[in-house]
Amino acid sequence: MAVKDYLRERFLPHLWCPGCGHGEVLGGLVRAIEQLGLSKNEIVMVSGIGCSSRISGYVDFHTLHTIHGRALAFATGVKIARPELKLIVPMGDGDALAIGGNHFIHAARRNLDMTALVMNNRIYGMTGGQFSPLSGEDVSATTAPYKTIDRGFDVVELAKAAGATFVARSTTFHVQQMTDIIAKAIRHKGFSVVEVLSQCPTYFGRKNKIGDAADMITWFKDHTTPIGSKAKQEDPGLIERGIFVEKQEPEYCEEYEKVVARAKGRRS
Amino acid sequence: MAKPKLKQHHINRDWCKGCGICVELCPKKVLALDEQDKVTVVRPQDCICCRLCELRCPDFAIEVETQE
Repeated sequence: MAVKDYLRERFLPHLWCPGCGHGEVLGGLVRAIEQLGLSKNEIVMVSGIGCSSRISGYVDFHTLHTIHGRALAFATGVKIARPELKLIVPMGDGDALAIGGNHFIHAARRNLDMTALVMNNRIYGMTGGQFSPLSGEDVSATTAPYKTIDRGFDVVELAKAAGATFVARSTTFHVQQMTDIIAKAIRHKGFSVVEVLSQCPTYFGRKNKIGDAADMITWFKDHTTPIGSKAKQEDPGLIERGIFVEKQEPEYCEEYEKVVARAKGRRS
Repeated sequence: MAKPKLKQHHINRDWCKGCGICVELCPKKVLALDEQDKVTVVRPQDCICCRLCELRCPDFAIEVETQE
């Protein structure tokens, strides 16, 4: 199937601003699904609230557009009821790790078989450019005219510590790597977290004087490096990208089946 | 494998928002924005069919078709 066959073309052009990285993530995601040859009927996409969460409206899968920060909770319900379906949960940085932080760590802890895609543009775009828990220090935002003092989360470290069994990071500059990683994450059995550094030229770029969308994408090229590279040793400030964790652990739905079997055995 | 040869670029002007990502990041400077801020092909003979414009376009507005 062609990439466009996975999209609801009647809703395009999408509502994202010119140069928004979320469109690139959408492209990477549908190309990954095309690579895997998945049928539209076996995928459920669950999203919450925010610019990023509008992504579920543009894909022709089963889609749920739910409440802020609770996409993973809804996805957990779907997965438990229909474990044979593939769950993909795209979230923004605020959706995933501010209001949804608790759902995020507990979904990782349970190792539910689903893919959490964190589209990290380090700002709340939809509500007007407030800083988020991933903005980090020394960032300008509508709510931080004199720069932020808050430290940001490291999504990869957080997901690792919470027990996710697949953890990776890529950027909208490295589109081919992003597509490959998303494909691997979807194929992975267990809770997979993929952080994609995405650009918000309208708020983050403008407030922090990084330039236009192309300049922001180039920033990702200049400030990231493959895991364990020599460049990272020389400049520890670089952000690593690639697959950090890929391991097999008991999956929640399968373990739950065993509980059901135990309960049935006891009753008879 | 032989190098892919360009057949044509398909541009969807209704979807292009003129963000300029494809123009600035094309390694061969094949593309430009026209007076309406829509992408247009100015040097098709230089295109190496790397498809980076297609892959990086946030709006699915450009597609590179190669000869079979």
